Amino acid sequence: MNRLSAENVTLAYDQRVIAEQLSVEIPDNSFTVIVGPNACGKSTLLRALSRMLKPSQGRVLLDGQVIQSMPAKKVARTLGLLPQSSIAPDGITVADLVGRGRYPHQGILRQWSAEDERVVQESMAQTGVAELADRYVDELSGGQRQRVWIAMALAQQTPLLLLDEPTTYLDIQHQIDVLDLCAELHEEQGRTLVAVLHDLNHAARYATHLIALKGGEVIAQGAPNDIVTAELVERVFGLGCQVIDDPETGTPLVVPAARKARVRAGQPAVTEAS
Amino acid sequence: MAPRGGVRALRGPGGASVRLDVRALVVVVLLMAAAFAASVVLIGTGDFPISSGDVVRTLFGEGTAGQEFIVNELRLPRVLVGLLVGASLGLGGALFQAVSRNPLGSPDVLGLGQGATAGALVMIVLFSGSAAQVTIGALVGGLVTGALIYLLAWKQGVHGYRLVLVGIGVSAVATAVNGYLLTKADFVDAARAVVWMTGTLDGRDWNQVWPLLWLCLLLVPLVLANARGLRMMEMGDDVSHALGVPVERVRMLLLVSAVLLTAAATAAAGPVSFVALTAPQLARRLTRSPGPNLVPSLFMGAALLVTADWAAQRLFGDGQLPVGVVTGVLGGVYLLWLLVTERKAGRI
Amino acid sequence: MLVDSVPEQRAEAAPAPPNRRVVRSVGLLVSVAVLLLVAVASVAIGAKELSVAQVWHGLFADSGTYADVVVDERLARTVLGLLAGAALGLSGSVLQALTRNPLADPGLLGLNAGASAAVVTAISFFGVTSLNGYVWFAFLGAAAVGALVWFLGGSRGATPVRLALAGTAISAALYGYLQAVMILDDAALARMRFWTVGSLSSASDETIWQVLPFLAVGTLLALGLARPLNAVAMGDDTAKALGADLNRTRALSMLAATVLCGAATAACGPIVFVGLMVPHVVRSFTGPDLRWIMPYAAILSPVLLLGSDVLGRVVARPSEVQVGIITAIIGGPVFIFLVRRRRTAQL
Repeated sequence: MNRLSAENVTLAYDQRVIAEQLSVEIPDNSFTVIVGPNACGKSTLLRALSRMLKPSQGRVLLDGQVIQSMPAKKVARTLGLLPQSSIAPDGITVADLVGRGRYPHQGILRQWSAEDERVVQESMAQTGVAELADRYVDELSGGQRQRVWIAMALAQQTPLLLLDEPTTYLDIQHQIDVLDLCAELHEEQGRTLVAVLHDLNHAARYATHLIALKGGEVIAQGAPNDIVTAELVERVFGLGCQVIDDPETGTPLVVPAARKARVRAGQPAVTEAS
Repeated sequence: MAPRGGVRALRGPGGASVRLDVRALVVVVLLMAAAFAASVVLIGTGDFPISSGDVVRTLFGEGTAGQEFIVNELRLPRVLVGLLVGASLGLGGALFQAVSRNPLGSPDVLGLGQGATAGALVMIVLFSGSAAQVTIGALVGGLVTGALIYLLAWKQGVHGYRLVLVGIGVSAVATAVNGYLLTKADFVDAARAVVWMTGTLDGRDWNQVWPLLWLCLLLVPLVLANARGLRMMEMGDDVSHALGVPVERVRMLLLVSAVLLTAAATAAAGPVSFVALTAPQLARRLTRSPGPNLVPSLFMGAALLVTADWAAQRLFGDGQLPVGVVTGVLGGVYLLWLLVTERKAGRI
Repeated sequence: MLVDSVPEQRAEAAPAPPNRRVVRSVGLLVSVAVLLLVAVASVAIGAKELSVAQVWHGLFADSGTYADVVVDERLARTVLGLLAGAALGLSGSVLQALTRNPLADPGLLGLNAGASAAVVTAISFFGVTSLNGYVWFAFLGAAAVGALVWFLGGSRGATPVRLALAGTAISAALYGYLQAVMILDDAALARMRFWTVGSLSSASDETIWQVLPFLAVGTLLALGLARPLNAVAMGDDTAKALGADLNRTRALSMLAATVLCGAATAACGPIVFVGLMVPHVVRSFTGPDLRWIMPYAAILSPVLLLGSDVLGRVVARPSEVQVGIITAIIGGPVFIFLVRRRRTAQL
């Protein structure tokens, strides 16, 4: 039995249903990546897994317990989340922000222990932001800032870490940088990572377990090498393509078909943005 | 090593540790000193001036009988009401601003003051009520307005901007009601109403001190116990949720506390404007610390209000103006200053 | 409202399809018909009940009877309501486009506070007692604050948030002054408590002629700005890329809004929510094109203002409730409804 799973969950905002009867298992010690077209419910699923969104039916289980019924701090010591939207308070320093990740381990009588201090230093070292410790977060570049937020989530010291589109708005070298960091956390520290990613090729390269979603349904899941095929990409994204071996890693690499080829195949050259 | 320059951790046996922001501590001590000094000067000010030395001696029970009467019976309660009102408004304002994540999310903008005024004006205009009745009317008005704003802003949780915007809407309606009541009042009641609406400490006695004091003694510890959760909430609901803060519960508890503090302060002194708006901002600039700065805001509010009351009595000579006029004008000037400096810093 | 500057919808890239244009044109005609009905109601209905014959007599065979005088007064009141309503609606449309804030309101930029402070000064320090005398002060006050907000807001580099903050700050300081004067001067209190609620009841031909030129200039200016403001609505950079002169558009918009709102406030006192509500509601069925929003707002705002005024005349017979109070009591809940309906992400 895996530590984190969703059982037959129905996910909805107000009356708008995003997914019905969705079941997902997150394999322990995996780097799971959720992919799918815009509005397929991938971020919504992540929100449900991290108890930001309460399923209107079904349940999300963490270590065999319904996640909503567990004490908030206890969940926060097991499962961390790096959301898409986070606000750095005005005039906060890097060390201070990372330190806030220690909240679930603290209490009124235990506000800042030596342990807290050590973990914050470690987290900053792992993410390569130790030398920025006394800088203000507002002054940092986008890539540095994302590292700082990851450091904050690390300081939470959770065996499970969920990341919602951690590479959005970063340029290519910082995207790779962040993904390398994630891979490192997964391989060297044995943390279970779950990330939502936009780029299918990044997902195929870094994930050990891939979940492809469309319209709130799981279309396929498994190791990228097993499931990423031209048919799957066509089915999930509606995009004709070839899948070749990534010359660097041997993982699947998706190469979209040329415009002319798609026109010939009867696909519209320009698809409506969803 | 400390998490931030100026922040120290005190560690005791058994793994106990306390986080201390040295600069914030210094600011708090200075503000307390300023509030005390302003109080002493304020007590000494009036038709029978008393020197500061005599005031302090009298407070410690070593003054003449005449001084004791003037100080303890007449002027001390007024000053205490001022300190408590200022402290409540400062703390309430800091809470509102932190919860709404908006420097303009103060009770003035949210319409609590207008709501309390509506309650008070109903008593003044429709019933020509006594001072006590007016106080109760204001309290009820403030609490009902607070509840209304919270309920109307609720939609799967209370979002910061929605809270401010709903507050602006409620405030406008309350303002219209107040305007209507003023046009219906006879002239004497209208004059009384306008003074009340501005906020004044005139004629406050021990009867106003005790309820406010008890309320503060009850709420301040409750609020401070939840301050750590509030600090996390600055980073957005998702992050604080992920860190294990029960976001909606903390928010509701703190908002209810803030409404109670503000409504009680308004009932005691009228809607003294801008203390709740400016005290947290000034405190923040002094401590240079992110976070809601609850304790510094509390003492900043107390110091501000008493100083403003002294200015109101002293600067405008005989035609004593209520303290609310001074805080209103100062608040506006402060906002303008903020605008100019922030603009130079390129922040807005 | 204060820091919120998310555009409600993107301005349309392509012209509307022909059928939509027809719908919108027909809608405009219907609106005019509704306006006419409300205007007739405004002349016919009031604290004093008149028969249809009496109204007819007053309008077309005025012989100075008591009923005729009542009709005359109501006529002036109706005309002022039409003019002031249109002005408030237009200035609201311009301000919402300028600040890129669908919840912006003339009160937000401190114009009401400026007018109020100037009127209290006129009463207390210059001994002005006639309503016609107030008009100039109110107008100058609103205009002065408009200019001040513009400069403090950064003039050439003005941003929506800065303008709103400057307006709030100036309002704050001026209301402090207003209250101080009202406390110290009984005469000022006696008059101001009626002026600050906003009313059409003091309308006279003279008032109308005083504000008419300003309203005419302001209206022309506003209508001329529809196209450049459409570009501004898409964001500063896009507007520049589209070739709009941002600074000139902003300066002229501020001028138009100030002139329109200042003149309306001068004539009626501060009336809230009309300039906010109507353009907002209109936008929900015309889409974001100001070339449609403006005419609709100019026609439907007087409907709201006159309708509220008529309501105020009948709810508390034989006395009246001032129109400013009715618009706030209707407008507040509508405002809250609009705020609630918007998605959290936009707030």
